[in-house]
Amino acid sequence: MKRLLVGLAAVLLLAPTLAAAGTPLPQLKIENPGSCIAPVPEMRRNHMEMLKHTRDRTLRQGIRGEKASLNECINCHASKTTGSVLGPGGFCQECHAYAAVKPDCWDCHQPKAGNHQAVGVKP
Amino acid sequence: MSEDRIENKSRRSFVGAAAVAGIGVAALAPGLKLIEVAGAAQRAPGEPASSAVRWGMLIDTSKCASGCDACVKACALENGINETVTDARQGSQWIRKIDLKDPKTGQEHSLPMLCQHCEHPPCVDVCPTGASMKRADGIVLVDRHICIGCRYCMMACPYKARSLVHMPLTEQNPLVPRGQGCVEACTFCVHRVDRGQQPACVEACPEKAMLFGNLNDPNSEIAQRIAKEKTTQVRADLKLNLGVRYQGI
Repeated sequence: MKRLLVGLAAVLLLAPTLAAAGTPLPQLKIENPGSCIAPVPEMRRNHMEMLKHTRDRTLRQGIRGEKASLNECINCHASKTTGSVLGPGGFCQECHAYAAVKPDCWDCHQPKAGNHQAVGVKP
Repeated sequence: MSEDRIENKSRRSFVGAAAVAGIGVAALAPGLKLIEVAGAAQRAPGEPASSAVRWGMLIDTSKCASGCDACVKACALENGINETVTDARQGSQWIRKIDLKDPKTGQEHSLPMLCQHCEHPPCVDVCPTGASMKRADGIVLVDRHICIGCRYCMMACPYKARSLVHMPLTEQNPLVPRGQGCVEACTFCVHRVDRGQQPACVEACPEKAMLFGNLNDPNSEIAQRIAKEKTTQVRADLKLNLGVRYQGI
């Protein structure tokens, strides 16, 4: 009984510090620092809208070379070590894991820059 | 008063000059438009595809050798079709070689078969989400962002041109995103066409049996050859006005 009370007291003492720490914020490393196509707060809030409208114009109207493009994101933000925006600490995955939002861009788009390895075998 | 009149006169002459200039512009306009159409193949970046262009392909079957599959390999390499599937019927197939034989005469043909890029595509008609679409310049595409993989379009296509990706993919070409659960087909290498290049199969054909160009431009090689020589649309009875035409079948 005594041990339980001590344990309870320990939990109660620790609880405020745990709550203050919360979930650690994502630690992002910008591989190619410089100016993005828009200020950081706007990019954080609106990047998905920018990409969505670009994707529709590119696919349906054939407008290429738009300001917001997934390939350009990768060129600046892919990790120098893994070459990808995914993986632990990856530019996209780090924030999306924190916000619990699953980006399904990478089911079809290549998360790495310049590693196209099509072998050209007959399917 | 007299001054006023002079001013009026000068105004009138100015208006008259402007009108003449206007006529000049009008006379120039058709010429300008011709240049626009001819130059439409190479669009400026940021400019949408226009219906002034209708992309098409002419395939000369007399030049196409039976055992050759250079176009199929070039397509797979360009578009990153490299997945291994357990069942061969599940493999993606954007272009395939088919051998035809007339049982009565014994006459044989070999030809590449790909998405025919119909003017009135049945796949677009049946698509419940609007993912199947035709671009203004006649290239029929699948918007994989909204494709739900229902495969109605595969059933509707008279040319068996579409396939579904059954497996998760990893090593895609960044310019050709492909993914599991989406229907896909030949895109005429739209990412190359938008840069003013030829589709990969056309470039790879060792016999130069495939010709790609703008059907709407009377000066283009493809339009001139179609005007001069007899060409066939596969299942012309369906009246889909195909972008791909064959010569010699």
